[in-house]
Amino acid sequence: MPRWGMVIDLDRCSGCQACVIACKQENNVPFILPEQAAKRRTIAWIHIIQLQDERSETKMRFLPILCQHCDRPPCTPVCPVGATYKNQEGLVAQVYPRCIGCRYCANACPYTIKFFNWYPPQWPEEMKKSLNPDVSVRPKGVVEKCTFCHHRLMKAKEKAKTEKRELSPEDYQPACAQACPTGAMVFGDLDDPYSEVAQLSKDPRAFALMEDLGTRPKVIYLRAGA
Amino acid sequence: MPDKTVNKDEALFKPIFFTGKKFYLTVAILSAIVIWAAFIWIWQIWHGLGVTGLNRSVFWGVYITNFVFFIGVSHAGTLISAILRLSRAEWRRSITRMAEVITVLVLFFGVANVIFDMGRVDRLLNVIKHGHFTSPLLWDVCSISTYLTASTIYLFLPLIPDIALLRDRVSGWRKRFYTFLSLNWQGTEPQVKRLEKAIGIMAVVVIPIAVSVHTVVSWVFAMTVQPMWHSAIFGPYFVVGAIFSGIAAIITGMVIIRKVYHLEDYLKPVHFNNLGILLLVMTLLWFYFTFGEYLTTWYGHEPREISVWQSKVFGRFAPLFWGMFLFCFIIPFSLLCRKKTRTVTGTLIASISVNIGMWLERITIVVPSLSNPRLPYLRGIYHPTVVEFSIMAGCFALFILLYMIFTKFFPIVSIWEIQEGREKALSETTARIKTYLPGPQLEELK
Repeated sequence: MPRWGMVIDLDRCSGCQACVIACKQENNVPFILPEQAAKRRTIAWIHIIQLQDERSETKMRFLPILCQHCDRPPCTPVCPVGATYKNQEGLVAQVYPRCIGCRYCANACPYTIKFFNWYPPQWPEEMKKSLNPDVSVRPKGVVEKCTFCHHRLMKAKEKAKTEKRELSPEDYQPACAQACPTGAMVFGDLDDPYSEVAQLSKDPRAFALMEDLGTRPKVIYLRAGA
Repeated sequence: MPDKTVNKDEALFKPIFFTGKKFYLTVAILSAIVIWAAFIWIWQIWHGLGVTGLNRSVFWGVYITNFVFFIGVSHAGTLISAILRLSRAEWRRSITRMAEVITVLVLFFGVANVIFDMGRVDRLLNVIKHGHFTSPLLWDVCSISTYLTASTIYLFLPLIPDIALLRDRVSGWRKRFYTFLSLNWQGTEPQVKRLEKAIGIMAVVVIPIAVSVHTVVSWVFAMTVQPMWHSAIFGPYFVVGAIFSGIAAIITGMVIIRKVYHLEDYLKPVHFNNLGILLLVMTLLWFYFTFGEYLTTWYGHEPREISVWQSKVFGRFAPLFWGMFLFCFIIPFSLLCRKKTRTVTGTLIASISVNIGMWLERITIVVPSLSNPRLPYLRGIYHPTVVEFSIMAGCFALFILLYMIFTKFFPIVSIWEIQEGREKALSETTARIKTYLPGPQLEELK
């Protein structure tokens, strides 16, 4: 079984937000009106944090952040109904029809990367036709977050099966990694020693967010250089 | 049982048979608040939790604060009454009932606040259908339902002889109602023996259950890795806080009942003095725990913890934090430490202060940690809305309303226990004290 993971090279990230838009489009992430955004109710499964470089006033740093798909997720055991759990592929999944909306998982996540639907989801009228039919639209009152485009994995698996071949890592890419124009995001099997993602994850610059918590994230960052 | 109460304890029957205008007026006002809150709740379900002040990072607010607060207050009755019964404190007789009722009623409001906080109330039963016992919330479901069952039984058992007294005084539908509830109580010797044994067993059983309830409530927070939640002190700290706010709730209730139903003869200054001393002990324990928690966090100076600490002690939450300190420690301590101010009024002021303070404590546990998550770029700012305060007001109003209705159906002071105290306690206590003393009395008694 592959261990799906992502490496994000912070040296290559230009903060262009292509991943953010690709994700919103792919996953039917609802529009949040400005007055709601001001109340910090934005939903963005992946978003980019701007950081000031400590050594230079003129330099900006960007940190794309998404669900870390921890191997030891703090969010899943606390769910009272098993609506969030680590699935067979090792991804942290959300079952929207089962979620009772208690937001315990959102509070238990040290990365604060889970989102709640405070209101029913909304889109401008003309955008409703372009909703992705592969991804369910979440109702109000449930928690949602990045799934590593799990629906794409399902599709890739089915395709490989009909073509009577093994699933190859190239078959499955999340929308954000696919959209990244600078190639800062590399996705693949962390357990396959020959994959690019596995090799990059052993780079001396590699680190994980809050490694000390022992959550063992499957999103690995490469430290920005000089 | 022969009715020996006719003259002496008539005051205790009075609330059941006579209801004044003021009662109905209060009921009307409280009902209006409850209806308003019910409307607001439907409004919230209709529109979504967006009508609250909650947001990303501060996912929990007033509702969860109220949940912890109400479950805390529930430690009033059952636990205090059980401890007083087991330690055979004779002055307990007129206060156990009014304390036990608080527990049973207030537990419902604890549970209700979790329901108000849910995004999908329609899926409430998923907790039973798909319950996952890895979640501390499921532990809560178990411990709170056990506690509710145990404390209801513990309230009902000592009520049986009183229900029988009422049964013999009324007619019509009320007769049928009390006959059903009295379980054919005749006051015969074997019945009394069995009842006392049952009460004795329940008094022992409810204590570990009560302790487990608030420990598990604290674990909802402590089991996460969030700064200033992930702490081993939380279990005992919450239990102490619960007993603290519980005693304060009893005293507040006692003063009101005493005044409204003219029970000055049953609730004497000595009751307030004794409970005041208990409250004083809890005030000091509360201070000890709080001091211990804040000192260790500050001394360790772990960056994520200290940012929460700073926001509480000097930052945005300082008014809440120092308000808590004033209401939980300075006011009650200065009133309760002297016998001169440990009066009915003195303990009442201290109790109201403690209840306000403990609510502030609960909110300074829930909100500041969520406002300062580990990733420092995210700072949720939480302003509770009218919706949340309306529902909170509704909870308090409905609680008082149900309590008032209880006093109209059942004696709020245990009549048979008062009677028993009058008849037996004096000789029993004398005999007991004699066994403590050295000398030949001991042999004589054997």
